[in-house]
Amino acid sequence: MAIQYDVHLDTLGLFCPMPIIKTSKKIKQLVIGQVLQVVSDDEGIKKDMPAWCETTGHEYLGLEEEINGNTIHYKTYVRKAK
Amino acid sequence: MSTTAKLDPQVALAELQERKPDRVTIVVLSGSMDRVMSAFIIATGAASMGMQVTMFFTFWGLNVIRKPGVSSKARDWLRRAFGLLNRGGADTLPLSRFHFWGLGTHMMKLVMRRSRMPGVPELMDMAKDLGVRFIACTTTLGLMGITKDTLLDGIDQFAGVSTYLAEAKDAQVNLFI
Repeated sequence: MAIQYDVHLDTLGLFCPMPIIKTSKKIKQLVIGQVLQVVSDDEGIKKDMPAWCETTGHEYLGLEEEINGNTIHYKTYVRKAK
Repeated sequence: MSTTAKLDPQVALAELQERKPDRVTIVVLSGSMDRVMSAFIIATGAASMGMQVTMFFTFWGLNVIRKPGVSSKARDWLRRAFGLLNRGGADTLPLSRFHFWGLGTHMMKLVMRRSRMPGVPELMDMAKDLGVRFIACTTTLGLMGITKDTLLDGIDQFAGVSTYLAEAKDAQVNLFI
């Protein structure tokens, strides 16, 4: 079942550290409790997003992988916690 | 430099003491594109994770924060000559390997542009935007015939080794690139 989210952030085609930088900017626009979906095709996001959440204190909800032609789209979910 | 007065130091300090963020210092000694890119990627990444980042530019690293195309204004001819030979500007840094008189670096930049990867100037703007502090080492500025007025605007401090150590002793991550 797909995870419900409030705000979507597209970082397709961008490399490290851009997805994390964009996430940190975007999360500021959310209110506490809202969920942000970050879509990336950089595999590093699988480890980077949980690490970012651990450091910043936001809640990491999970990952979905979607095969899209010959690339994989990684959808990560973060709940704003503070 | 007028840029130091942007933040009220008292307010900034009080806020820092309250938040107690993790701190990162990066010494940028190298002036090679690949190394400098790594430094900025770590700096911007850390800043996005809520850490307080300070970058110290020294020796060849000073080339990164020089205004492009501005020649040295050092007083004695020896330093001026050195400043002329040692070209500055974030966009003109050579690769540490495979530079091949510019061809290798040019090819790398082409690949980066095609895959929408930010280069050193873009990463540097992003770092500034995220609140990364830039410090230029005064000793090596003098040594290399680089004058303050030929550096980019937005250098937060001009300082030496004590300033670096005072920062580094309270930081959790200290890198030398």
